Amino acid sequence: MANPEITQVECDILILGGGMSGCGAAFEAKYWAPDLKVVMVEKSAVERSGAVAQGLSAINLYMGLRYNDPSYSKTPEEFVRYVRNDMMGIARDDLLYDIARHVDTSVHMFEEWGLPIWKRPDGKYTREGPWQVMINGESYKPIVAEAAKTALGEGNLYERVAITNLIMDAEEENRVAGAIGFSTRENRIYVFKAKVVYMGAGGATAIFRPRSTGEGMGRTWFTVFNTGSGYAMMLEAGAEATQMEHRFVPTRFKDGYGPVGAWFLLFKSGATNAKGEDYLKTREAELQKFLPYGEAKPTPTPLRNHQMLLELLDGNGPIYMRTEEAIAKLAAGEGPERLKELESEAWEDFLDMTISQAMVWAAQNIEPDKAPSEIYPTEPYIMGSHSGCSGMWVSGPEDLAPPGYHWGYNRMTTVKGLFTAGDGAGASPHKFSSGSFTEGRLAAKAMVAFVRDNPNTTKLNGGAEELGQAVYKPLTNFEKGRGASTRPDVNPNYLLPNQALRRLQKLMDEYVAGTSTWYKTSETMLNRGLQLLEMFKEDLENLGAADLHGLLRCWELKHRTAVAEAHLRHIMFRQETRWPGYYYRTDYPQLDDTNWRCFVNSRVDPKTKKWDVFKKEYLQIVPD
Amino acid sequence: MPSYVNPEKCDGCKGRDKTACMYICPNDLMTLDKEAMKGYNQEPEMCWECYSCVKICPQSAIEVRGYADFVPMGARVTPLRGTDSIIWAVKFRNGTVKRFRFPIRTKPEGSIRPYDGLNQPGDLRDIVLAGDREKLGAEIPVPAGK
Repeated sequence: MANPEITQVECDILILGGGMSGCGAAFEAKYWAPDLKVVMVEKSAVERSGAVAQGLSAINLYMGLRYNDPSYSKTPEEFVRYVRNDMMGIARDDLLYDIARHVDTSVHMFEEWGLPIWKRPDGKYTREGPWQVMINGESYKPIVAEAAKTALGEGNLYERVAITNLIMDAEEENRVAGAIGFSTRENRIYVFKAKVVYMGAGGATAIFRPRSTGEGMGRTWFTVFNTGSGYAMMLEAGAEATQMEHRFVPTRFKDGYGPVGAWFLLFKSGATNAKGEDYLKTREAELQKFLPYGEAKPTPTPLRNHQMLLELLDGNGPIYMRTEEAIAKLAAGEGPERLKELESEAWEDFLDMTISQAMVWAAQNIEPDKAPSEIYPTEPYIMGSHSGCSGMWVSGPEDLAPPGYHWGYNRMTTVKGLFTAGDGAGASPHKFSSGSFTEGRLAAKAMVAFVRDNPNTTKLNGGAEELGQAVYKPLTNFEKGRGASTRPDVNPNYLLPNQALRRLQKLMDEYVAGTSTWYKTSETMLNRGLQLLEMFKEDLENLGAADLHGLLRCWELKHRTAVAEAHLRHIMFRQETRWPGYYYRTDYPQLDDTNWRCFVNSRVDPKTKKWDVFKKEYLQIVPD
Repeated sequence: MPSYVNPEKCDGCKGRDKTACMYICPNDLMTLDKEAMKGYNQEPEMCWECYSCVKICPQSAIEVRGYADFVPMGARVTPLRGTDSIIWAVKFRNGTVKRFRFPIRTKPEGSIRPYDGLNQPGDLRDIVLAGDREKLGAEIPVPAGK
């Protein structure tokens, strides 16, 4: 495959990625500026793309501001404190507050658009826990996608187009001008030129060797088609990143990675070790080592992981979610109908969002009211929307951001005209689906203001043909090299993307605190990992793709690798163990607030490709 | 093999400009064998088992066989997705069958008018987002002292 057709598209606002935040951005942009041309590009179909593709059983962020009822409603201040504690003391107060004050509007619109939200007898949404509301969320994404597509209008959505790189402006330094990508369906390169670019690609999965290495490696907890592409492209463009050392290691139902939120919060289930002991209680003293966060309520997620890891290392596993005890308590004194209802709710929790876990239950003959189920910590994920806080360093809202945290436009990165939100925006986790949609909206309003202030068109740095050749290089490598072997998959001239992915995963797992070292690493291990990663990066120039599907996998792998490098370099820079349970620096095993209660930021110089990793001051605006 | 295609039911979406499973798969896995005119999953180890292809297939030709790494054989989880609800049949390895029905949307597909009920846009420089005035149900909070 060679000589692709080149399609050039010019627009005002370019939205890359049609997940929750991209859909929010499309909706908001067209509201403020029906006159502007807003284009969305998505590598799959928006109807089922991004982290919410499969559905969800809960919306994890809803404040309930309209009730002003302390027994139900939460305040933005409470949200900031809760998230900051879960992050062990560091988060962007301004970004979090901004999401919290607008998120309810998004949820109310979802309901109006047709999303079924559970209701209590008094008409309020049913809470799962303090922040969450329960939904019948099988069609959450199709509903949100329909709203976004309607807002965009005919002809402005490019599906099955995978973006590979941002394109900078030819004349103005540090200014984004567009993006390039390719069709996964036909021999065609797309070049987009825009006044402002929104990066809505998701967090990074599969950069570590997964616990299931055969056919089950696709069963990542976070969406396997989230490949860290946004981080990679924004880093390459010279945008400043923050907290790339952070990761999320979710404790989930074993192997299928089904959600635990409903069990812990709605059904009030406990978890025990194999002896039936509540390890959160028996390991309580461990929390004292990580003060003041060890005393925070609720106990931060990494510390609860840490307690469980100690149990597993002591041989006290399996760890069980005591579903049978929880159901027995809830059904006590109630009729058989209540039991039936609880059973249905338990199954819906999986069937709405992690069908694989329902398959595991059925295949292992597990009925949750009769037997407990194993839970287990997964491989690490780099993300910014859930309990991970990696992402770009973005401008905060003018009315909330402390000095130095605001530079002109809300959610703009340090690259002029490049905006992001959702997984893309760092140090503002726990926004989940509703908060990501909302943050996309915040960015979009600011993008419209940016376009009004900067109405002139940009100029792409680089010709379309030359840029297109770089995009197609893996196809060329394969064509040129294939004659050297009778097998397409064993060839001295190229690496296939699935082979290279396994090499990346092995490296990250063994040197950068993956599951095989029980999440432990040190400076010497990281240094060796970096040496091998440098060679790996060189070898990526020899990636080979047999077809467009392979080409997609090649670019996803390049993006994953950029995230892996950022993760490694950040972990190396932060000389402490801030998030035990997520990762451990064995050479710096203590949490060190005196020196490290700060953000770790980084930037790659676009010309020299040199990394600069540095501290950024944490400024508190919401008091403890 | 995560999702797999029953060759007796798959008709390759004959007469359509693209196959339904190829259209929907979020990970670019479903593809068409043009000679056999049958769909297949080209990279099972990248399958998330999201069931998007299973739900959309007009012939109900696609099923999921649990990941070989860790799922004992014999179970089936089968959806039937309608316009406003979804019905699940869950068959256990030991033969037990459970059925569930859940709502999926309260308004028909295609009925969303995203800006209905919203006022005209106000000031581009203030903190108000689309719908905040009409649908938030509260004043937009600002921190004490601001």
